[in-house]
Amino acid sequence: MKAGDLTELAMRNLRESLLRNSLTTLGVAVGVASLVAMLSLGVGLQQLANRRLAHSGLFDTVFVMSRANMNFRGFSRRERTDATTSNSAQSNATPSSNTSNASSSNTSPDVTPSAVNGPREFRRLDEGARQEIEHLPNVIEVYPQVRFPTEVRYNGSPYATMVAGVPDSSRGNGSFDGMQGSFFSSPSADEAILQIEFAKELSDQPSSLIGKELVVRYAERQALAAQPGGDPAGGESSDSSGNPGISVVPKEKTLRIVGIIDTEAAAGPGGMGSGRVLIPQKLGEALRATQGNDLQNILRGSGSKPAYSNLTVRTEGPGQVEAVEAAIKKMGFGAFSLQDATRNLRLFFAVFDLLLGIFGSLALAVAMLGIINTLVMAILERRREIGILKALGAADRDVKQLFFVEAGVMGLFGGTLGVGLGWLIGRIITVTANIYLRRQDLPPTNVFAVPWWLVLGAIGFAIIVSLGAGLYPAARAAKLNPVEALRYE
Amino acid sequence: MPTNGGAALRTERVTRQYQMGSALIRAVDEVSLQVGAAEFVALLGSSGSGKSTLLNLMAGLDRPTSGAIFAHDRNLSELNPIELARYRSRTVGMVFQAFNLLPRMTLEENVELPLRLAEVERGERAGRVREALERVRLEKRLSHRPSELSGGEQQRAALARALVNRPTILLADEPTGNLDSATGIEIMNLLREINQSEVTIVMVTHERPLAEKFSHRIVELADGKLINSGVKA
Repeated sequence: MKAGDLTELAMRNLRESLLRNSLTTLGVAVGVASLVAMLSLGVGLQQLANRRLAHSGLFDTVFVMSRANMNFRGFSRRERTDATTSNSAQSNATPSSNTSNASSSNTSPDVTPSAVNGPREFRRLDEGARQEIEHLPNVIEVYPQVRFPTEVRYNGSPYATMVAGVPDSSRGNGSFDGMQGSFFSSPSADEAILQIEFAKELSDQPSSLIGKELVVRYAERQALAAQPGGDPAGGESSDSSGNPGISVVPKEKTLRIVGIIDTEAAAGPGGMGSGRVLIPQKLGEALRATQGNDLQNILRGSGSKPAYSNLTVRTEGPGQVEAVEAAIKKMGFGAFSLQDATRNLRLFFAVFDLLLGIFGSLALAVAMLGIINTLVMAILERRREIGILKALGAADRDVKQLFFVEAGVMGLFGGTLGVGLGWLIGRIITVTANIYLRRQDLPPTNVFAVPWWLVLGAIGFAIIVSLGAGLYPAARAAKLNPVEALRYE
Repeated sequence: MPTNGGAALRTERVTRQYQMGSALIRAVDEVSLQVGAAEFVALLGSSGSGKSTLLNLMAGLDRPTSGAIFAHDRNLSELNPIELARYRSRTVGMVFQAFNLLPRMTLEENVELPLRLAEVERGERAGRVREALERVRLEKRLSHRPSELSGGEQQRAALARALVNRPTILLADEPTGNLDSATGIEIMNLLREINQSEVTIVMVTHERPLAEKFSHRIVELADGKLINSGVKA
């Protein structure tokens, strides 16, 4: 029999025992709703966690630093050599390999395996390197960490705090969702966003600060020309090799407050959440405020040549981090990311979703028994009809397919209805949860998510389960002896 | 029994036995019979004589325990279940004493059912259904359900359903058994008309007068055995 005719006959048969079949379908719907509700909770929680992590800006990011800087972090030569020896047979070649670099002649190479495999000379993390990294595939942004101490003057009072630069890409990554006011009007605007705790120090009513101005006082770094044998202007002297120093000049900048944020935006390793006055990244770079690595650069002989202590590389997504990280290491820089943390998170949610799916499927298993029961009853009731069909030319296969289609249709309708019910349950729980959160003065959140794959998957699963449930009744119907079936009253 | 290449149906020492508890029942016992093309044969016998069992074997609804049944020289025992279903669908048509129309379907839908099973194109079906119902003079009752028809009309509808796939053999199991005598004669007249259009008919009946009046030949069975292979009475 053709598929269209099978479906028509199946639909007709289902309509004949409307109440019973509707109740069976409702059973499937409840099972699917339970499954969808459970899984959408898992998916929603995973998305919530991912959103929070994405807001942190850490999981699509690679942190880059010069290997010379990594050597500066307190590892002793022996410790690093031990580490590299245990990590790779190639480590033997590295301890004395960097002596050609004057600034790092008393240091040993990176402890990471990739560093061991990488170039033997430390590359400067300068503007050239920054541009090179910017041109790597899947890199959307490269910026240095801008973070410096400042004295903020507001209403004539001084407040000591830290300023941090915020890249323009933060506008769209959710880090500033729910902030009061607005994000910076342009990547280099003379504007500031205050962290709420700092804003509270400035005013009892933080929101009233928006639109007002404050003054940021900072130490500007100015390069000195090399003057062999003589004292450069500003009191800094060059060393015996003619390496110029820098001049530190106090400066002020007036900024307009455009927003207030509840949480502190992450600022990368060593600077996470440390900025209480946030300014546009480009403005921060243009201020040339003295930062911690300036002294380090002087000691290394970098002098006035600008070099970054580290760079933050934003990739198009967490999936690209690994490749970008490897490419940067290949270029001769130290790089690390938090991929392992996301991998563990994904594993956790996979197991969590699996467990929720198993619990959700229990109701569907009960619904499966309902389908078997309904179809077995249908065989008893339609015994004579099956005999007539066979007498008129139906093959066993036709009868089997007819019951299969009936089971499948119940699965399709039950699945579709169940997805709707599951979504409704999710909405009700979300609304209820948000009412509770609001009463607790917490921001509303959506802990449920019903993605398309779940909708289609749940309906497909319902159909497959229903077809599975139809196996036994269909086989039983197909095996009916037509002569006996025709005698049945 | 001599075989004839032109026979519509032929049984050769066909036996069908059933196990009922410890007893072995031989419902049909070594029956050899031949029905010529366009012949109208009546199978006569008392209740339990095996005539319906023999008809079911000829219809391919049941398989013989031993022996062979040939329809247009094809051995039904050699057909697989799909081929046997196709045989029931396209070569034979069946009518029953109890009409066996599906009560929830209209006449049109009942008559269309064999066309669905035979996978006849949808566009062709309506014409075939109308043609079959015209043949039994029920073309004006297309949308009626079986419960809205008299017994005679229901049997005519069953005949239309049996004929809609244009079979060459019509097997009728007590077609007048549930009808009054006048309606029975009406149905028998229809069967005669159908037979005159070159359709072979094998009819099971226990009503000798009808068999004598309408069939070409009467075959008698008793206790599963052929007792009269029958020449026209």
